[in-house]
Amino acid sequence: MSKFQESLNRFSITAEIPPPKGADVSQFLRIAEKVANRVDGVNVTDNQRGMMRMSALVFSKFIKDAGCEPILQVTCRDRNRLALQSDMLGAMAFGIENVCVMTGDFPTMGDNPDARPVYDLDSVQLIKAANDLARGVAMNGKPVKSVRPFFTGGVINPFYEPFDLELLKTKKKIAAGAKFFQTQPFFDIPSVEKFLASVKGLDAAFLIGVTPLKGEKMITFLNEKVLTTPIPAEVAARITGAADQAREGLLAAAEFVNAMRKIARGVHLMPIGQEESLPLLLDMIEAGK
Amino acid sequence: MIITKQKPFAEIMKGVRGAKSLFIFGCGDCATLCRTGGEAEIADMTQKLAAEGVAVVGGTVPHTTCHELDVQRIARQHKEEIGKSDAILVLACGAGIQAVGDSLDKPVISGCDSLFIGNSKRQMNFYEKCSACGDCVLNETAGLCPETRCPKGLLNGPCGGAVRGMCEVDQTNKCVWIEIYERLKSQGRLDDLMEITAPKERSKANMPHKIEPPARHGK
Ligand code: SF4
Ligand code: SF4
Repeated sequence: MSKFQESLNRFSITAEIPPPKGADVSQFLRIAEKVANRVDGVNVTDNQRGMMRMSALVFSKFIKDAGCEPILQVTCRDRNRLALQSDMLGAMAFGIENVCVMTGDFPTMGDNPDARPVYDLDSVQLIKAANDLARGVAMNGKPVKSVRPFFTGGVINPFYEPFDLELLKTKKKIAAGAKFFQTQPFFDIPSVEKFLASVKGLDAAFLIGVTPLKGEKMITFLNEKVLTTPIPAEVAARITGAADQAREGLLAAAEFVNAMRKIARGVHLMPIGQEESLPLLLDMIEAGK
Repeated sequence: MIITKQKPFAEIMKGVRGAKSLFIFGCGDCATLCRTGGEAEIADMTQKLAAEGVAVVGGTVPHTTCHELDVQRIARQHKEEIGKSDAILVLACGAGIQAVGDSLDKPVISGCDSLFIGNSKRQMNFYEKCSACGDCVLNETAGLCPETRCPKGLLNGPCGGAVRGMCEVDQTNKCVWIEIYERLKSQGRLDDLMEITAPKERSKANMPHKIEPPARHGK
């Protein structure tokens, strides 16, 4: 059982650290070292938002060596079933035990818009392929020797409309072997309660997404470019009205995380560009526990 | 039908490569409906070429230019004009252009870009709904094709990216997965979606395709 999987019996905190855009891992690795024993898993993103970065598999190995528990993100966008399966065998060899599968933003949304979109598999098929491989069966039905288990999960968008359709796909992911889900960021407790009620009874752990708001600029960016439901006005006002907006954003996120302890199985911290603040955010979470 | 767009004239002139006299093939089917290779477009092209000092010695609009035997028959009818031309300009889809190129011993110039297999709603409105994947899933998807109408070709439901029902890739298109969901819901068939659709057999889409009648024996 992976350390991350075990942590779900208490309350899990996972955090996202992207691979560098360049060949020097030192900056992000320093952050990984500072959070290593304080989070239960570190998601390593896979060319997130279609932006070219270092291989998630390679960077996962670096952060594992730095003492972190990697959760390797794998998207369907850039690789066909041959490449995906070979990467997963590589992950097993590196001792990476957690895989988080997602469709992946279309190339035209990123920084290589002329790239050929692959999507040979979709997220449901890839979750199934990962689990089959982890029990020694490749996608062509042939046995594969000396494999290792995977703890496989996916993502869910709680704000998707129509939500019933998102739920339907989530059920398929669970049927395909997904055991955990990480969500889009939430900013208020009632929305989380409503979401958790809607997924009650599903056999998977849901980790609530948390993003510290750095200030007005970030709020506008998220509202316009990332989120489908805008950040509640009171939440935005608390940050924008503060003398030190970034610090207030971290404090609000820490309070939110601690409020989640009573209602959720865990949280997933997505600092979106504020990776450097992760250790401070963890200080605040630990202080307010 | 195959939807085409005429190449920019400068690009066509580049393809002409100094030829002084041309014969033009259009197409009476798709390219006529797309207004890229009908009688009117040949007349128009003839004028434009004349202004550049290129003479058009003749032209024809076969019924369907992808029909290779037909193209050969028509070419025989125009043997004399074709004989006088330095090259053949084809205003048709890529299949038509190659039908002409494979039938005549003359340089062939492509006058159109082929865009997609299109459905037509009104005049000059075309929509891509099938991309001939060789492994049709319409029975599982309420008759709406996610292979073509979802840019990611997802088979087990939508990505999380739709914005107010519109596709994340092009927000002027509805997310086809939401359309599939709505159609199945209104038909009381949502359970159809619960089954996991297996990965597609992509080898069926490998090109070039061909269909040939089985070889006849004993002849
Ligand atoms: S699944 Fe779509 S692309 Fe494939 S044959 Fe059917 S309609 Fe055409
Ligand atoms: S928004 Fe809908 S149509 Fe567009 S890529 Fe996602 S699933 Fe496909």
